[in-house]
Amino acid sequence: MRPVEPAAPVDDSADAVDASHVAALAGYVRVVGAMAEVEFHRVRRDPMVIVTRAAQPLLWLLVFGAGLSRVNELRPPRFSYQAFIVPGVIAQSVLFVAIFSGISVIWERDLGVAQRVVVAPVARSAIILGKSLGAGVRALAQVSLVLVVVAIVRIELRWTVGSVFGALIVSLLGAVLFSSISIVIATAVRSREQFMGLGQLITLPLFFASNALYPVKIMPSWLQTATWANPLTYEVEALRRLLLGAGPDRVLQDIAMLVAGIAIFVAIAARTYPRRVM
Amino acid sequence: MAAVVVNDLVVRYGPLEAVSGASFCVQDGEVLGLLGPNGAGKTSIVRVLVTLLRPHSGQALICGRDVTDDARAVRRLIGYVPQAISADGSLTGRENATLFAKLYGLARDERRPRIDETLALMGLSDATDTLVQDYSGGMIRRLEIACALLSTPRVLLLDEPTLGLDPAARRGVWDHLQRERTSRGMSILVTTHYMEEAEQNCDRVVVMSGGRVLAEATPATLRARADRKDATLEDVFIALTQSGSDEGRGGLREAGRARRTGRRLG
Repeated sequence: MRPVEPAAPVDDSADAVDASHVAALAGYVRVVGAMAEVEFHRVRRDPMVIVTRAAQPLLWLLVFGAGLSRVNELRPPRFSYQAFIVPGVIAQSVLFVAIFSGISVIWERDLGVAQRVVVAPVARSAIILGKSLGAGVRALAQVSLVLVVVAIVRIELRWTVGSVFGALIVSLLGAVLFSSISIVIATAVRSREQFMGLGQLITLPLFFASNALYPVKIMPSWLQTATWANPLTYEVEALRRLLLGAGPDRVLQDIAMLVAGIAIFVAIAARTYPRRVM
Repeated sequence: MAAVVVNDLVVRYGPLEAVSGASFCVQDGEVLGLLGPNGAGKTSIVRVLVTLLRPHSGQALICGRDVTDDARAVRRLIGYVPQAISADGSLTGRENATLFAKLYGLARDERRPRIDETLALMGLSDATDTLVQDYSGGMIRRLEIACALLSTPRVLLLDEPTLGLDPAARRGVWDHLQRERTSRGMSILVTTHYMEEAEQNCDRVVVMSGGRVLAEATPATLRARADRKDATLEDVFIALTQSGSDEGRGGLREAGRARRTGRRLG
């Protein structure tokens, strides 16, 4: 085999672009938006999925909530039990949408879509954040539908523009967090069956070991400890502060916990995702 | 100047050595065909060149940039079409192209005209707003190539781009590729099983088997080396590769991917 000589390096003008932090940030945001936009198009074309998936949280709210509202120990002092669990049901619908969104990573790897995305000259964390934000698009559509039904059945909430907008932001953050956790799981398993099994294994413990359905103070102490290590608790807490006015001054602390969780799991997924794709 | 340099490249998957010291280069503006039976190591080399796979040893350069040490710069220089179907069927052709235009950093004002121009060059103007799941196999491949061309790459890497396509669709893909190559002067590295296609479209071919390079020449030169006067490239290929059969290589994953791709292309 004849020896081959390396060619002279090309002048790469994109290095100059990288030097600008503003351009780099704009590029990062563009990639995040592009990845999320893909999910937006899918939701736009198949809105019935949102409607059918909203059935489950509404059953929790209207059937389970109506039944347990008669249990005195569960009834909070200032709200109806149904109003109390609205934030929990919203967080649950976000969780269920987001925690299974990682299966797209396995599909895309098998179909070849992911390989082309990974070889693009972009930060891998932007790809993960964009995919997670895509799950947020789907979750927001579902949360909006749940809120409309809650308004129709006249469950008493703090219906201000600020509280509803804040609740949507918190729901979006929750979706991004649980979707990035889902992507980490998807990169750790070998098959779709394993992924679905693991997803189902963690979903219900996350939901029940949180403050979604009952106040933390009535739980046994070991469960209370588990509750505060559960990211869903912070999402529910922030939603409850916003929608019920239960200590809205502390909502930023809960949001900070969600953002910290997003930073951790997006960073992990950005390392594991390319390995899974390759 | 060499657009692609592969020098003594070794790729291992556990105990299996998929590429065993392969060396070759692709000159600027050249179409090089990488030929070989299943499991010859072609796809592994392409995956190293597109920065999806780290080689065990050896060197691979794209326009002088090392694919391992300078992966981000390499990604800016290449366009890649993998063997599996990579277009998203739930999106339209334009939406697929827009995603890649944004990933490759095309400025907002040049995005739309560039997408329109590239889709038109690939003969997809009438199908830009059609869902890709309704495309034919040939249209999907042309869309994928269009997406790979949006960033005006210096080197286009195509892994079995015509796998599963009928002869007319294969010819359509190559007609568009040759037109693009002529107008933009880019280099193309293509892996293929179709000898006739390689003979018609490649300036030079590299024949591989068992992870090793067996021959590197123009199709005409390879044919001239054959015993028979009327020998085709396929005859030469079989003669070169029959001694080192790769039937046991490649594995379930590669066979599965090829079948899935064929099925999706209809």
